Amino acid sequence: MRPFTFERATSPEQAVSAYAAQPHARYLAGGTNLVDLMKLGVETPEHLIDVSRLPLTDIEPAQDGGLRVGANVRNSDLAAHPAVCRGYPALSQALLAGASGQLRNVATTGGNLLQRTRCPYFQDVSAPCNKREPGTGCSARDGVNRDMAVLGHSPQCVATHPSDMAVALSAYDAEVELLGPEGVRTVPAAEFHRLPGDTPQQDTVLRPGELISHVTLPAPPPGARAAYRKARDRASYAFALASVAAVLVVDDDGTVGHAALAFGGLAHRPWRARTAEEALRGAPAGAAAFRSAVDAELEAARPLSDNGFKVPLARNLAVHLLTLLADSSTATAGPAGPHSPAGT
Amino acid sequence: MIPQRTATSSTLTLYVNDTAHTVTADHRTTLLDVLREHLDLTGTKKGCDHGQCGACTVLVEGRRANSCLLLAVAHDGAHLTTVEGLGDEGRPHPLQEAFHERDAFQCGYCTPGQIVSGVGMLCEAAEGHPSHVTPREVLERATGAPAELDRDEIRERMSGNICRCGAYPYIVRALEDVRHEVTRADGPARASGGGREVPA
Repeated sequence: MRPFTFERATSPEQAVSAYAAQPHARYLAGGTNLVDLMKLGVETPEHLIDVSRLPLTDIEPAQDGGLRVGANVRNSDLAAHPAVCRGYPALSQALLAGASGQLRNVATTGGNLLQRTRCPYFQDVSAPCNKREPGTGCSARDGVNRDMAVLGHSPQCVATHPSDMAVALSAYDAEVELLGPEGVRTVPAAEFHRLPGDTPQQDTVLRPGELISHVTLPAPPPGARAAYRKARDRASYAFALASVAAVLVVDDDGTVGHAALAFGGLAHRPWRARTAEEALRGAPAGAAAFRSAVDAELEAARPLSDNGFKVPLARNLAVHLLTLLADSSTATAGPAGPHSPAGT
Repeated sequence: MIPQRTATSSTLTLYVNDTAHTVTADHRTTLLDVLREHLDLTGTKKGCDHGQCGACTVLVEGRRANSCLLLAVAHDGAHLTTVEGLGDEGRPHPLQEAFHERDAFQCGYCTPGQIVSGVGMLCEAAEGHPSHVTPREVLERATGAPAELDRDEIRERMSGNICRCGAYPYIVRALEDVRHEVTRADGPARASGGGREVPA
């Protein structure tokens, strides 16, 4: 690890000013990914600005029934918060499916969004990698690519984004609040991460020096059922081979009133399945419609030599999860709003 | 204290097992290395040094964390509990006794991390934290009641601690033995807590 100077930020605004004065700086929050990357030599900041003690630790009601989460809320606290468990269960489930108890106690909401890919070539400074060192080439595309992207990759990069949390935030239409040298702005969580294109070194749309201050969740659609499913090589404590977050509303006539679907483990960013959502709107809420909608989405998949299995894996996860949500919507319908049987 | 911008080391104070220690450390130093190399508290082990194995688990403000991923300079003033703070030969922690009773180890290298993580995990469960295997309807009810720890729950919640000898079956049983007994972290690190759990 390279030596570095250190300061503790006294306010979000002061942190942003400090960053502007030190272009080779990094913000430090939980550090569970940054410190590891510094040990590996992937990250070599000359200055750390410790933002971990900034008072961005509240989970509070937002306008219109939503929830506003401070960037320093720990993953374990967010997952266990009653308002999240009850109102946004897919977010709780996604957080609890990620990392270990020790890591979730330390990792923050903002830091989770900014974690880097776990592509082994990105983490190995002896291997060419366009994300770590633009122009050197991609070792993964024709290397061990079993865990790599099947959607939205480019000749320059086939890495996936590793976050579970971000997949759920995308499906809930959350927004990311940023504080930067030019003030405050808000970016939809579904558009916060980007596809690699010709600039895979940029994971997100974050501008230099911008700091995540909050994540805001809108009120879930009335009657929505939501959940997160993850497939991985171990039963616990492993990154996703494929995962899916779904938010579903089944109307009283048994058709889909609202469907939001996002995949993890398939692309350089959480993959919001807009094509599938479009196909689902107004369709009968059943396995047949779910299958055809998810298939339409995954037609865009371009698997590499060893990761073609991810396509049917993601498809089965999504269809099964949507079917489960449709069935549970029917099962929990109150006497005032009886549902017709959902699909098959 | 906030160090000068040109300094690559800082002087900081850590409260470890209720004892204040002031050390000067290079900014690159992790809490794990301060404990082992500066304070001679070698109960906390270095396994992978990348947050994957759990051997370095300590309690920070009463919550379990991988000390290999925490920079000491960012933890000036923090309260830590290490395995040395849980108990000793004369008065072991209930979970240490349970590990002994159940023979929940072979080589023993991961054991301090398992025990500290286990104490942290039992506290999380007592506070009602859900896990990945918590049934959906229990998660969504979010009553805050203590989590029921069956073997699946214990295994899931302890997945951040690797044992290469494969002593898992008896680690799980040791945790089962004390799951209703240990409900708060020992030692002064626990802001809301206080005294030590004493075996009945």
